[in-house]
Amino acid sequence: MTAASLTGADSKTSVPLKRRLKRAERARQFKALALVVPLLLFLLFTFAGPIAGMLWHAVDDREVRQVLPQTIAALAGWDGKDLPDEKTYAALASDIQAARAAGTIAIAAKRLNYALNGFRTILIGTARNLKTVPEAGTARETLGKINPAWRERATWTTIKDAGGPVTSFYLLGALDLVRNADGAIVAAPPDQAIYREVFARTFLISLGVTALCLILGFPVAYLLAALPPGKSNLLMIFVLLPFWTSLLVRTCAWIVLLQSNGVVNDSLHWLGIIDEPLRLIYNRFGVCVAMTHVLLPFMILPLYSSMKAISPAYMRAAASLGAPPLTAFLRIYLPQTLPGVGAGSLLVFILALGYYITPALVGGAADQMISYFIALYTTETANWGLASALGAVLLLATILLALVYGKLVQGQQVTGGMKN
Amino acid sequence: MSDAPSLRTPSQRIAWTATMVISALVFVFLIAPILAIMPLSFSSGSYLTYPLPGLSLRWYDEFITSPRWMNSLKNSMIIGVASTLLSMALGTLAALGLAQWKSRFKPLVLAFVLSPVVVPGVITAVGLYFFFAPIGLTGSYLGLILAHTALATPFVVITVGATLQSFDTNLARAAASLGASPLQAFRRVILPLILPGLASGALFAFATSFDEVVIVLFMAGPEQRTLPREMFSGIRENISPTITAAAVILTTVSVILLATLEGLRRRNERLKGGG
Repeated sequence: MTAASLTGADSKTSVPLKRRLKRAERARQFKALALVVPLLLFLLFTFAGPIAGMLWHAVDDREVRQVLPQTIAALAGWDGKDLPDEKTYAALASDIQAARAAGTIAIAAKRLNYALNGFRTILIGTARNLKTVPEAGTARETLGKINPAWRERATWTTIKDAGGPVTSFYLLGALDLVRNADGAIVAAPPDQAIYREVFARTFLISLGVTALCLILGFPVAYLLAALPPGKSNLLMIFVLLPFWTSLLVRTCAWIVLLQSNGVVNDSLHWLGIIDEPLRLIYNRFGVCVAMTHVLLPFMILPLYSSMKAISPAYMRAAASLGAPPLTAFLRIYLPQTLPGVGAGSLLVFILALGYYITPALVGGAADQMISYFIALYTTETANWGLASALGAVLLLATILLALVYGKLVQGQQVTGGMKN
Repeated sequence: MSDAPSLRTPSQRIAWTATMVISALVFVFLIAPILAIMPLSFSSGSYLTYPLPGLSLRWYDEFITSPRWMNSLKNSMIIGVASTLLSMALGTLAALGLAQWKSRFKPLVLAFVLSPVVVPGVITAVGLYFFFAPIGLTGSYLGLILAHTALATPFVVITVGATLQSFDTNLARAAASLGASPLQAFRRVILPLILPGLASGALFAFATSFDEVVIVLFMAGPEQRTLPREMFSGIRENISPTITAAAVILTTVSVILLATLEGLRRRNERLKGGG
C-alpha cells in the first residue's frame, strides 16, 4: 500500500497506480473471502450436505432394483396393459431365489409394502414356497399357484413403479397422492391419506399460536417502547428470562401447572369454580398455551424494536392537526408498526411450523405436528423415503416463508432475536 | 408507572391503563410457570403439588448423587464448551471476512451462513442422522459437537458482526500507520474493542448447545445424553421432583448467562456513550 502510494505520488503515470490499487483491493477481497471459507466448508459438511442427503432420500428408490435386478430389467419393456410375459415371471423366480439366498428379500418386501399393503406377505410367502427354480415355461403357472396375486396386473405395476432409480412415490405420498395402475396421479385411499390433515393441523396450530402471540405481544411491546428506558429495561427481564430459560424447563413447568392435580386445577377447585379437574394438558389447549409461552418473546422483541423506532413527534403532529387519539393510533402509529408485526408474525410462524419438542411432550395423539411424523418415520419405522419427503415439504414451506421474512427485514438490523 | 407518553384525555388514560393491565397479565403468564416450578424442587414430598409438605434438599441430593444426571450434566458441559470454542473460531473469522468482503453474492452467503437457525430442528437432525450414521459419527461426542457448532455459529456471526459494524476501521488504519503488523493490530487494537461482542457470541453459542435437544434425540447414544435429553425422557416417563431440581439448575445457568450478557451490553453502551 505504502509503496503503491509513493510511486503514485512521484510519477505521472496514473494508470499503473489505478491498476495497482485495483490489484491491492482484489487481494484484500480475496483475503476477506478466505476468512469466510472455513465456515462455508464446515457448514457444507455439517448442514448443507446432510440436508441435500435428506432431499436425495426423498426420491432415491434403488432397493427393489438391487434385490430384483432381472425382474426390473424384464419389466422395462412391459407396456403395463396385460400381464407380463413368461420371461418376466422366470426372471422374478430367479431373482427371488437369489435374494432368499442372500437374505435381502425383506428389503424389497418392505419397500413394496409401502406401495401396496400386503406385498410383504406376497413376496416373503412366495420366497418361502418357491423351493426350486421352475422348469422352463412354467414360471407363470408356478408363481400363480403359490400366490394368486401374481395373476394380477397391479402386483406387477407396483414392482415396475418401484424399479427406481428415482421415484416420485414418497413425495406424492407426502401429499396424499398415489399413482394408480395406469400411472395417473390420483388421491390416495382414505385410510392412507393422513398427511394433508397433518399439514393442515400443523398450519392451523402455527397460525393460532402466531395470532395469540400477536394479541398478547402487541400491548407488551407498546408498553415497553413507550416507557422510559430505565423502566422498560427492568420490565424487559420478564421477556428475556423466559427467552433464555431452557425450552424443556418451560415445557416441564406447564405440565406441572396444568396437569389434573396441578397448580391450576387445584386453585380452581379450591376457589370452588370447578368440581372435577379440567383436562388442560395432553390436548390442543396445552399445546397452544405452551407453544405461545415459548414463542411469545420472538414476537415481542421485533415488535419492540419497530415501535422503538417510531418517533413520538408523529403522534404529536397528528394530535396537533386535530386527530382524535384513536384515529391517530390507527392511521399514524399502527401502519408504522406493520413491518414489526410482519417480521414477528413470520418469525413465530416459521418457528412454530417446525416445532417438535413441545407438542411431543404436551400434546395428545391428535395434536402431533409434521415434525413428529418425520421423527417417527426416521427412528421408529425406518421409512426414510417418506420421512425425507415430509421433511422436503416442510423445508420448502420454511424456505418460502424465510424468503418473505428476509424481504421484510431487509435493511433493518436484526441482531439476536432467534434462538431455537 | 404514571409517566405515560402524554395523557390528556380520559380515553387515553383508559387505553394506557388497559395496556398496563394486559401487559401485567402477560408478564405473569411469561414468568409464573418458571417461578412456580422452583419451590417444588425444594419439596420434601414426592408429589408436585402445593402446598409443600415441607422443605428439603433431597431432590438436589438425588440429582447430585445420580450417575445418570451427573453424567448428563458433564456431557452438556463438554459438548457445550467444545462447540462454543469451535463456533467462536469459525464464526469470528467469518464475521471478520464478511465485514470486509464486498460482493453482490454477500447476501446469499450470509443467508446460507444463517440458515441453520431457520431450518426446523427436525430436518437438520434427520439429515445429520442419515449423513453421520454411515461414517460412524452418530452416538459420538464428535458428531454432537459438530452438529451443535453448526447451530451455534450463526449466533456468533450475528453478534460479532454487529460489533464489527460499530467498529471504527480508522483505528485499525491508525495502528497500521503507526507500524503495527496486521496481526499486531488485530491483537492489540481490534481484539480488545470487539471482545464484548465475542463474549456475547460465546454466550449465545453455549446457550444454544446447552439447550438443544432435537439433534441430541436423534444422534446421541446412551453415553452422550445431555441434560435436556435426560429431562426429555424424564418428562415423558413421569415427572419426578428430581426433574424440577434439574430445571432449577438449568434456569440458574440461564440467569447467569443472561446477567452476563446484560452486563456486557451495559458496558458497551457506557463505552459508546462515553466516546
